[in-house]
Amino acid sequence: MKQYVIIGNGVAAAGCIEGIRNVDKSSTIIVISEEKYPVYCRPLISYYLEKKTELNRMNYRSEDFYDKMNCEVIYGRKAEHIDSSSQKIILDDRTEVSYDSVCVATGSSPFVPPFDGLETVKNKFSFLTLDDSLALEAAVTKESRVLIVGAGLIGLKCAEGLRDRVASITVCDLSDHILSSILETDCAAIIQEHLESNGIRFMLGDTVIRFENNIAIMKSGSSVDFDVLVLAVGVRANTELVKEQNGEVNRGILINDRMETSLSDIYAAGDCTEGNDISIGTKRVLALLPNAYMQGHAAGVNMAGGNEVFDNAIPMNSIGFFGLHAMTAGSYNGEVFEEKEENRLKQFFVRDGYLIGFILIGDTERAGIYTSLIREKIPLDTINFELLKKVATSAAFSPETRRKKFGGVI
Amino acid sequence: MKRIYVNEDWCLGCHLCEYNCAFANSGMPDMATALKDKPIYPRIHIEGNEKISYAVSCRHCTDPICIKSCIAGAISKEDGVVWINKEKCVGCLTCVLVCPYGALTPSESGIMQKCELCLQNSCGEPACVKGCPNRAIVYEERGEV
Repeated sequence: MKQYVIIGNGVAAAGCIEGIRNVDKSSTIIVISEEKYPVYCRPLISYYLEKKTELNRMNYRSEDFYDKMNCEVIYGRKAEHIDSSSQKIILDDRTEVSYDSVCVATGSSPFVPPFDGLETVKNKFSFLTLDDSLALEAAVTKESRVLIVGAGLIGLKCAEGLRDRVASITVCDLSDHILSSILETDCAAIIQEHLESNGIRFMLGDTVIRFENNIAIMKSGSSVDFDVLVLAVGVRANTELVKEQNGEVNRGILINDRMETSLSDIYAAGDCTEGNDISIGTKRVLALLPNAYMQGHAAGVNMAGGNEVFDNAIPMNSIGFFGLHAMTAGSYNGEVFEEKEENRLKQFFVRDGYLIGFILIGDTERAGIYTSLIREKIPLDTINFELLKKVATSAAFSPETRRKKFGGVI
Repeated sequence: MKRIYVNEDWCLGCHLCEYNCAFANSGMPDMATALKDKPIYPRIHIEGNEKISYAVSCRHCTDPICIKSCIAGAISKEDGVVWINKEKCVGCLTCVLVCPYGALTPSESGIMQKCELCLQNSCGEPACVKGCPNRAIVYEERGEV
């Protein structure tokens, strides 16, 4: 009998539990959960505000998940240290939990820059956890004027979620375009226009230099009166546990394709990690739910003595605002091919005969066919890429490939 | 485990499977009430060009990437059938972004839908297979590794 410990209780942890149980049905699994909830769907916290889901539908797994998986969960406790020499984890109440192998799935935390006068703001929130969402829900009224600092995925999903609950929403960002981590200027403009037509106001290329209670003084000289402030500037991977043991850490905990850190018997998965991105060929933080699950699963299998690699991670996002959907995948550092009509845009990025990335706005049907070209590294000269640029269809593949896909066991 | 398989050499591109699918999943007593003068939202789609055509529906993969990617924990596999819990789905389309077959589509309400082999609806067996005039879609055992 072994003792597996998972630090964190998000989707990477759920993947890890399922991975372990694929291999080892009986050994002890202990999950250390700082949040007091069973694993929930973190990306749904904006859908909750939007009333597109409810608390009892946000669980990631069924109510009996931990029982069925024979796991013990320690709720409301934080892992303060890992002692890798004695294979122990020290919790914030000084209790110690020993491990044979451990998975660090600690996620990320909001990054809050040191704004002058931030302490004078009474109603300020981050937007990363269910508790953040519940606190924000309790703080807003139909009269609230909301200022969101940060026009990234988190800030804009928050804006969408809050729109029907408040009087006004202003989003500011230092970047001159929204979603700057995943979109170029021209694509971002289409989505920005759609958000504006749905009542969201933007102040781009501008940032707060000082807060005075309920007023934000902007760099441009203007000021914004607000009742509720949301800080969505960015997130930072929670790497401390591994870093203080001298494990290799960059912006995230460095992992290989087996989710091993540089420390023996210590694995890592999810938003706290930096793993291989095959679309650029180097490591980077890929804080995305699908990657968290797949990393967690691979970590779990390997912790339990199995052998699983997750070696085709790429960044990929499906993101919609007020009915307009956009999808992005891979990297954009290649020759670009564009198909554009009105509110629909497709951009494909090609390097050395392979698709390495794409951006789709409006027309997202069957986009997974494009994603599979990147992840499976299909040479474009073996398929009808001209057809694929217009429409995502398996008709672009050879009859043999289609026979395998639709006439074979997948 | 029986699954749906298609043979593009035999597909006539008649789209009957789409209508039979939409009807089987409509919950309506007859086809006219279910489909007449309405846009249809089938879970199987004919693709192709002037030379070939073939039906695309969920492959019920051995290792389904849609399940691993669903941000709402709404997709799972039970007894070999990949199915969507419509109560949990929020229509984010992440499953569309990852399915290599293009097998998932939004329903009329925006919640996602996919082939669930008609095992839970009034048909009780895949309606696309039952109604295919040329046996281009079959439901059979071909062995799962």
